[in-house]
Amino acid sequence: MTKLTQDPALLKQLETNTYKWGFETQIEMDMAPKGLNEDIIRLISVRKEEPEWMLEWRLKAYRLWLTMTPPDWGKVNHPNIDFQDLHYYAAPKKKKGPKSLDEVDPELLRTYEKLGIPLKERAILAGVEGAEEMSDVRAPIAIDAVFDSVSVATTFRETLSEAGVIFCPISEAIKDYPELVKKYLGSVVPQGDNFYTALNSAVFTDGSFVYIPKGVRCPMELSTYFRINAKNTGQFERTLIIADDKATVSYLEGCTAPQRDENQLHAAVVELVAMEDAFIKYSTVQNWYPGDKDGKGGIYNFVTKRGVCRGDRARISWTQVETGSAITWKYPSCILQGEGSIGEFYSVAVTNGHQQADTGTKMIHIGRNTRSTILAKTISAGKSDSTYRGLVRMLPRAKDARNFTECDSLLIGDQCGAHTVPYIESQNSSVKIEHEATTSKISEEQLFYCQQRGLSQEEAIGLIVNGFCKDVLKELPMEFAVEAQQLLQISLEGSVG
Amino acid sequence: MNNILEIRDLHACVMDETAENSCKEILKGVNLSIPAGETHVIMGPNGSGKSTLSYVLSGHPSYNVTKGSVTFKGQDLLALSPDERAAAGLFLAFQAPIELPGVNNANFLRTSVNSVRKARGEEELDPVNFLKLVRELSKKLSFSTDMLKRNVNVGFSGGEKKRNEVLQMTLLQPSFAILDETDSGLDIDALRIVAEGVNGLRSPEFSSLIITHHQRLLDHIQPDYIHVLAKGRIIHTGGPELSRQLEAEGYGRLVGEADA
Repeated sequence: MTKLTQDPALLKQLETNTYKWGFETQIEMDMAPKGLNEDIIRLISVRKEEPEWMLEWRLKAYRLWLTMTPPDWGKVNHPNIDFQDLHYYAAPKKKKGPKSLDEVDPELLRTYEKLGIPLKERAILAGVEGAEEMSDVRAPIAIDAVFDSVSVATTFRETLSEAGVIFCPISEAIKDYPELVKKYLGSVVPQGDNFYTALNSAVFTDGSFVYIPKGVRCPMELSTYFRINAKNTGQFERTLIIADDKATVSYLEGCTAPQRDENQLHAAVVELVAMEDAFIKYSTVQNWYPGDKDGKGGIYNFVTKRGVCRGDRARISWTQVETGSAITWKYPSCILQGEGSIGEFYSVAVTNGHQQADTGTKMIHIGRNTRSTILAKTISAGKSDSTYRGLVRMLPRAKDARNFTECDSLLIGDQCGAHTVPYIESQNSSVKIEHEATTSKISEEQLFYCQQRGLSQEEAIGLIVNGFCKDVLKELPMEFAVEAQQLLQISLEGSVG
Repeated sequence: MNNILEIRDLHACVMDETAENSCKEILKGVNLSIPAGETHVIMGPNGSGKSTLSYVLSGHPSYNVTKGSVTFKGQDLLALSPDERAAAGLFLAFQAPIELPGVNNANFLRTSVNSVRKARGEEELDPVNFLKLVRELSKKLSFSTDMLKRNVNVGFSGGEKKRNEVLQMTLLQPSFAILDETDSGLDIDALRIVAEGVNGLRSPEFSSLIITHHQRLLDHIQPDYIHVLAKGRIIHTGGPELSRQLEAEGYGRLVGEADA
């Protein structure tokens, strides 16, 4: 007997799951008027003190954007977004160089506190002298915190620069390392790739820039805490990570957002470039506001993430745990150009309430002997709808390339949906492509068995869900794995009494 | 009389999955009292409601109690959720133990033990002490520690599943255990292990209700009483000798008498 959970109380709880981290920081904002035109783009460029070439790049993207329409092939429904009804620039009024904890806005520190950023990291974020020497058993993490659109603090700069690593807000990189930015920006995700990348290219305000020089293993995990804060502010992050020959880097991106009524648009672009024998590991834990029990509010997350293994034997690994947002539209992809290069995608996507997720990956095999692994775990509860959409494309030169794909869906309740849409294209007869997919339900029998052994329904669901996801969770760096596990439990917390 | 379990005129039905709002009555007035320290056995023809009784007592959501009462250690058992019943000391060894893919058995056992300990106001066991305890017990039950590393009941043989149930029972230290055909499909060695598991728990504070079709388990566990359940009611109660008599004659005569 494996029938769905039909307990009305349980299902009701599933829907009324409340967002734990809804809070708003009262900090004076410097905000552009609503709407988008060339003047707004000029304003952004001026505020960011950008060189002329950057403004031209933005304007070119804007003109492309004007000719494009939003993609409509995703299995998501939402009212049309009025792109003229958004603010495209918002920045907290920055006190000059917050160099001690006292100088940092206490509101901001409290925000970090609520986000659960450890004290040491908060101190480092605030630039407290000696903070980096504080004893801590955890491996050091460098954080580039994006508070709305401006990076408030960047840490560990010195340690990193000793290793030759560049880790800074992209706005600084545009000024300080124009040659690197010019060379790589838009080289993986062209401005006109899609509607949202064109928009992002025109108006992005901040994000991270990472450059790991040849042969350098980045001495610490690099981490960014993203946070959407101002009302009606679209966030257009831009991240560019380059690992030169034989370089290695692990980058963590974590997100929470305050509770809102208006839908908020988020259209980030992330570009990764891995040269010969380089390895980039990019991990995301995303927990943006999913909307209330009626599906009102919540973040619209339209993200383009793509990495290119440019050199031979390069490797790019995407790991993501997606629990938030009203709508997620996201396909971290790998272009496997170098011979023997490797692309990996490990994903857990949880939808609850009225959330909609259309997420997956693209593995484009160009070079010989390229390999890719896709492991996608989808959990649907409440009235949510989740789709895995993945493309595996083997081009004519991709001799002996291999792909393994596994998509598993877990359903909780009988009003949610899970869909798997694999696209497989091969133009070379020597390649090997495997696709496995399963759909299962948390059965009433499983819950009862656990409860008979003394577990609450909540604990039982947590245990089963974590078991379902563990192959993905183990890919996360230690610091993130614990957070992700808690997040899974929290995301499905309302699901039981 | 100090009864640990007191069932009065219990009527219960099972939700019909194929028809909405339809509930098929299975238990039709069960009366049963089990004093502390005693072992009772329920036998009876297939479809008489034996498993239903075990599910109703442990709170399975597919079963509805339509009439009657169940008192467990002086409290209204039917008002408690399944996990509260477990914490109160009720244990059900499943006839068909459920598989939990991806859930590590040792982790499950520890979560289970600590949930129950917490609910009973006892200190939770840390992983080191838990592992020590569980290794000790596994050895006693000839339970390979390899099974602790596997996922709960996934890929377990029938015998391994049943031994896993007994291991859980031993860890949780219930005051009342229901064994629903735990002996079915077991070889002689496994049967002895199950019996030892039950006998190991026997004390003046521990009672059990054993559902079985076979005399052979009762060669290892000496019951105090044997009840015959047929058509949703207990139609006959006797001493330990009743099981041999039933094995020889079948249920026909008793059922016929009850119908008359």
